[in-house]
Amino acid sequence: MSDFYMTELQKELVAVMKEFGEKELKPFAGYYDEIAEFPMDAYKKAVKMGLSRMTFPVEYGGAGIDHKTHAMMMEELAKYDASFVNGLSATVLAALPVRLAGRTEQIEQMVTVIGNGGFAAFALTEANAGSDAASIRTTAEKVDGGYILNGSKCFITNGNIADIYVVFAKTEPEKGTRGISAFLVERNREGVSVGKHENKMGLRAASTSDVIFDHVFVPEESLIGQENRGFKLAMQTLNYSRIECAAVATGIAQGALEACITYAKERNTFGKPIASLQAIQFMLADMEIQVQAARALTWQAADLADRDMINPEISSCAKTFASDMAMKVTTDAVQIFGGYGYSKEFPVEKMMRDAKIYQIFEGTNQIQRVVISGNLLK
Amino acid sequence: MKIVVCIKQVPDTTEIRIDPVTNTLIRAGVPSIINPADMNAIEAAVQLKEKHGGHITVVTMGPPQAAKALRYALSMGADEAILVSDRTFGGSDTYATSYILSQTLKKIGNFDLIFCGKQAIDGDTGQVGPELAEHMGISQVTFVSGLEMSGEKISAVRSLEDVSETVEASLPVVITVMDELNTPRYPEISRMVKAYATEITVWGVDAFEAIDKTKIGLKGSPTSVKKTFAHAIEKENMEITGESDEAKAAVMVQYLKTIL
Repeated sequence: MSDFYMTELQKELVAVMKEFGEKELKPFAGYYDEIAEFPMDAYKKAVKMGLSRMTFPVEYGGAGIDHKTHAMMMEELAKYDASFVNGLSATVLAALPVRLAGRTEQIEQMVTVIGNGGFAAFALTEANAGSDAASIRTTAEKVDGGYILNGSKCFITNGNIADIYVVFAKTEPEKGTRGISAFLVERNREGVSVGKHENKMGLRAASTSDVIFDHVFVPEESLIGQENRGFKLAMQTLNYSRIECAAVATGIAQGALEACITYAKERNTFGKPIASLQAIQFMLADMEIQVQAARALTWQAADLADRDMINPEISSCAKTFASDMAMKVTTDAVQIFGGYGYSKEFPVEKMMRDAKIYQIFEGTNQIQRVVISGNLLK
Repeated sequence: MKIVVCIKQVPDTTEIRIDPVTNTLIRAGVPSIINPADMNAIEAAVQLKEKHGGHITVVTMGPPQAAKALRYALSMGADEAILVSDRTFGGSDTYATSYILSQTLKKIGNFDLIFCGKQAIDGDTGQVGPELAEHMGISQVTFVSGLEMSGEKISAVRSLEDVSETVEASLPVVITVMDELNTPRYPEISRMVKAYATEITVWGVDAFEAIDKTKIGLKGSPTSVKKTFAHAIEKENMEITGESDEAKAAVMVQYLKTIL
């Protein structure tokens, strides 16, 4: 990272993330990837440091960490284990709509759950509503004193470990995007259950599951923001979370680049390190160029968000560029490692598997391009 | 309970390189860290505060950049930080350093416990803590690897080279700690944000009215480093056998004569 653009606090926060990543994540990332379980020991320590609630304002017990600083910190952590960051960010992501539109009591409830080491999950996606989020079928029927939720969500990060869900459901199905509302649903409510657990290619240590809502009653106070304004809230949330997505993708690539630098200096062929070969040197240079560009775009998107000038198009550009970049860089990293790169003995194959999802979730890169070009041609 | 922790910022020796020509340490570009044993000292103080309540003041003597180390300590749980910094303090050896720190402690006043790391990884002397206690005329317990507190007393396990001993001391007392004592926690993010928004109090030479200026800095330092080298310690066991204790003693006396 470029020191010049960072405050002393930001530098120190990143240094602490590095220390944490080296000690608590790096040695165990391969193990938790293999067994597909979330690294709870590391998470408990992270919670104690206040990582899960740090983006909340100080008055709610957070640290008021802004988007740019958050991006820097998550990039650093992602170098060591993107799965861990995914579980952490899914919680932070779920808290975002509550912070944007929720009542004080709801924000406090969220901070309490998260601050005590609990998880939250953002439940929008359904089997037939991914990029086309407006097609969700989960319903919230208004009844005396509250709502009854019915429906099934899929690919929910933290689905099976969450203590609290932010659920998007149709309150007025005939009204399309203007008939969707957001609800805060506790795991222990009757009718909430966890379904199929995804056996994934990457981010394997982060839990991804179906979550089913079968006649789940929630009181009126569970509504987040205004009724029928949920879709807009979901889109707003994703505009912010794409910035973090870009930061994490950048971190995965940076991690792969650093692994390559070390390896290229150590690995000898024909009597000299492969780092002395121009073929390798140029690959490393291209990695560096791309990582730097992705970081600059990510910081720009974050900076705009911090100045209350969030620009969804820039967020989309950052997410798309950084994730395409991470896929390319990690693929090249495996190439530089050769046969060892393909082996689980070295970390780069995991990074390549982890990178792939960043081109897919939070809006596929194709959908991002539709949004970006739509903006250009309007 | 009032706790003071004395810490030192040192070069990260894991990242240090030796100049092949001059055989000296290349310090340029080497990141500074809090001396590892001092991290244990901060942790010990924070744990005591969590258990028994109290107020922690963290102190370091060093250049203005040492404020970073103090902010880290604040982020771990210290309440207050003082940077003792003045050009005239530069070049102080352990005697002068501990003298200046003793003046600092007198100015803080009313302390019950003073924690230091057992030694720093740059100088490796392990002298500042004990000398500090001597300057103050209070008790000291060094090389502490276990610590309990009850009322006005502490009970501490000292790890010496071949044995460990448990001692008691009444307050106030200087305690120098080993890394076995605890595992230092990570800093808390919200405390870090606060620490970086806080001005660190700086005490220069003028802050100490009664300071003896002949005892500070390079000129006030009775020792100077002539040469630095790695000293190899070789240990050997020998078995003394003999008919009687007297015979064994005679063998031992003979042996001692050969080595003295």
